[in-house]
Parts: sequence; C-alpha cells; structure tokens
Amino acid sequence: MDNKFIVTSSPHLHKKESVRRIMWAVNISLLPTVVAGVLIFGARAAWVMALCILSTVAGEAILQKMTHRKVSVSDGSAFLTGLLLAFNLPPQVPFWIPIAGSFFAIAIGKQVFGGLGQNIFNPALTGRAFLVASWPKYVTTFTAPFTGDAVTCATPLTLLKEGKVLDNLSYMDLFLGKKGGCIGEVCILALLIGAAYLLYKKYITWHIPLTFIAANAVVIWIFGEKALFSGNWLLHILSGGLILGAFFMATDYVTSPLTRKGQVIFGAGCGLLTAVLRIWGGSAEGVSYAILMMNAAAPVIDRFTGNRVYGS
Amino acid sequence: MTDRKNNQAVTELIKGVIRENPIFVLALGLCPALAVSVSMTNGLGMGITATFVLLGSNIIISLIKKFIPAEIRIPCYIVVIATFVTIAEMTLKAYSPGLNRALGIYVPLIVVNCMVLGRAEAFASKNSVFSSILDGIGMGIGFTLALLLICGIREILGFGRFFNFLVIRGFEPILMIGLPAGALLVIGLLLGFFNLLKNHNK
Repeated sequence: MDNKFIVTSSPHLHKKESVRRIMWAVNISLLPTVVAGVLIFGARAAWVMALCILSTVAGEAILQKMTHRKVSVSDGSAFLTGLLLAFNLPPQVPFWIPIAGSFFAIAIGKQVFGGLGQNIFNPALTGRAFLVASWPKYVTTFTAPFTGDAVTCATPLTLLKEGKVLDNLSYMDLFLGKKGGCIGEVCILALLIGAAYLLYKKYITWHIPLTFIAANAVVIWIFGEKALFSGNWLLHILSGGLILGAFFMATDYVTSPLTRKGQVIFGAGCGLLTAVLRIWGGSAEGVSYAILMMNAAAPVIDRFTGNRVYGS
Repeated sequence: MTDRKNNQAVTELIKGVIRENPIFVLALGLCPALAVSVSMTNGLGMGITATFVLLGSNIIISLIKKFIPAEIRIPCYIVVIATFVTIAEMTLKAYSPGLNRALGIYVPLIVVNCMVLGRAEAFASKNSVFSSILDGIGMGIGFTLALLLICGIREILGFGRFFNFLVIRGFEPILMIGLPAGALLVIGLLLGFFNLLKNHNK
C-alpha cells in the first residue's frame, strides 16, 4: 500500500474530517450492536448503556469545569467511552456499577492525563479493568440470552475453560449472539456491520483488527488443546470480546501506534496476548487485558517503526 | 537570642510534617508506603519502627560525622542504620510477632529506605546532634502521618474497615484499592492533591 504523503502547493481542498466527525461516526457504527444488545438482553441492557453514557458525559463535563478547561463533551469521545464500557458489562449488574466504572474511566483513564489525545490506556477498558478488580462477582456473572431476567449462564469461554462440551451451541448461535456474555460482545453480526461501515469510510484500516484476529486464531489453533494443532480457533473468534476488541477498542487512535508497520505489530501482540491469557490465564477472557498491555507498548512500537526523518 | 534559637528548633522539628514531608514532598520512603499501607495497624507499626531507626541513626551519624571518610560514607551509614533496624526487628519479634509477620520483609528493608539514608546524607552528616534529633523526630512524625493517611484511605475504601473495625455497613469495598495497584493510585492522587495545594498557596 502506498503510504507516501504527496505535498503540493496551495490551493488545497479542505476535507471535512475532524475528531468530532470521526467519533460520532464510530458511535453510529455501534448502533446495530446497541439494538442487538437490547433485543437479546431486554430493557435492562438499555438502562446500563444509558447510565454509562450519562455518567461518562457528565463526569467529563464536571471534571473539565472543575479544572477550568473548555468543556468538550460534544466531540463524542466521552459518549463513545460510555458506550464501549457498557458493551463490556453484563446486563444484570447493579446500577451503581456502571456509574462507578464510568467515573473511573473518565477521571483516571482520561482526564488525569490531560483529556482526549493524551491518555495512555483506552479509557473504557481502564474502567472495565477497575470494575473487574474491584467487584469481580458482579462483573463476571452473566445472564442467559432472551430470558429478560436474572437466569445466570456461563459464557462459552468459561464453559470451555472448565472443560465442558458446548453441544447445545451452534456456530450460528455464537455468530448471532444467542449466548451468555457482555451486552456488546455477543452479537458478532451487528459488530461486523458496524466494522464494515468504519472500514468503508476509511476511519479504521484492516491492519490492527485482521492481525489481532489472525494471531489469536493461529496461537489458539496450535496450543488451544492438549494435542498440538487441534485448537478450535473458530469457536474462539466467535466467543468473548475478540471482535468487539479488535475492531472498536484496539483501533482507538489515541492508544494505538500511528505507523502501518507498528499497527501490524500492535495487532499481532494483542492477538498473541489474548490467546495466551485465554489458554493459560486465570480467567476465561483476556481481550481487555491484552489490549491494555499493548496500549502500554504503543509508544515504544511507534518509536521503533517510525519513518526516518528525511535528511537525518 | 534564645528566642531565635527556639524558633529555629521548632522549624527544624515541624518542617518534616508539612513543608518537607518525606512521602508527599520529598517522595522518599515510597517502598514501605506502597507495600504495607493496607491497614492502619500496619501503618502505625511501620511508622513507629521507621521513626525509631531514623532517630537512632541520625544521632549516631551526627556524632561520628567527623570520623567518617567521605569516600566510604554510604557503607558507614548503612552499618549504623542496619544496627538500629536489627534492634527494631528483634524487639518486634519479641513483643509483637503478629505485627512483625504483617510487615514481613519490609522491616529489614528499612535498612535501604531512602528516607533514612537520605536524612543521614543530607542532614545528620552536616548538622549538630541536637538539630539531628529534631530532624529525626519531625521527619518520623511526617512519615508516620503520611503513612496513616494512605492507610486510612486504603483500609476504609478497600476493606470497609478502620483499625480492623467495620465502619460502614452495606458498603461494597473497592477491592482494587487494597491491591498494589490501589496503593500506586492512592499515593499518586495524594501527591497530585498536595502539589495542587502547594501551587494554590503560592
């Protein structure tokens, strides 16, 4: 792919892209997943999403007012953080969980570093990691799809981790979201529709998502089962938060590398770490920690893959 | 004349509490502050032990400062400090084995605590015995108070307890605050808060 910048003299055509426009486009691309989440888990999921978005937007406005900075909630980034955090929560969490997580995500994940563009870690995942470490029993208890109330149900990955067989789940069920899990991770179809829109509009490129998923699949295929080269990689792609993480959270502009080569390394690292955490880790899912760890490595990756300054 | 001397002595004593607080201003002694600050009992135990070592080493080092060759002064300080740490550890083991178990490796590690070493290098080796005593007491109190502040926040938020008593009923403790990540977070936020206060007062 041709990645050279072509420099010409003025006059220039002005492209209408801006942070605000891109952020709201990502929010719109998540709309199918919102609909799918409400259809699968009922009105409770809608409440959790609304609470998360309300708390992140209000939290950002309050913190920016307190620190005498320009209130920038209309750029849609706090809205996106709230929505992504809600996607990472089970629908039956007590209502104070989304509020606490949202506030932590905005305050510690983003505003402490100076706001949008300065944060090291993805704010939504920071919020999720905080909730998982603080109140694990609420955030890792999942409910069954299409029941509308609190019938607990293990996720496919948890069942797999416990060595149970998944006879009653077809690949179609996994793809459409008929399984236990977080609000935004279950319906792969809806996520892919949103991802296709972002790829078509060129707001994200294939580099991070594809290498993320491919690296995960390869490692799972080789080491997923006791015998080598027999892991069920398709099941792992369709379960858990892999698709959500790969297309919508690892591709966050602020916390991922800028160069194409760096993005490939970043994606592959995310996939590798996810597989390692899923196979040998203590919990069944590893996407969020994998992305957070690679977030920490992103500046280093950028430094070693950056283009040479002309003339140096 | 005596008034000025008294004033100087008081300044020497209280500077360690706020203006030169070892943890929040000098950022010394962060290792025990991060590691043992899970309960008020631990914090109080660590604070008193460190104060004892600091006071003892400050006195001895300011007494023998003329005999220590400059090239090997750090090993000499370490020997003095290690003596007091050994006394403190043996005393803890004899009279408070529970606390000794709770503090674990962090009691022997006071030997390399940068607050104790830092005061020896920066203060006791240059000042009189009397000033060094005041400095040791002040710094020790400042360290203990800072530690108790961190411990209080972490014990209440992370375990819902205070000095091991249940304080808030129906409160779901924020487990993360009790984990190492919580220690870094609490100390970082407190450092930021105190810097904010300092800049505000200017």
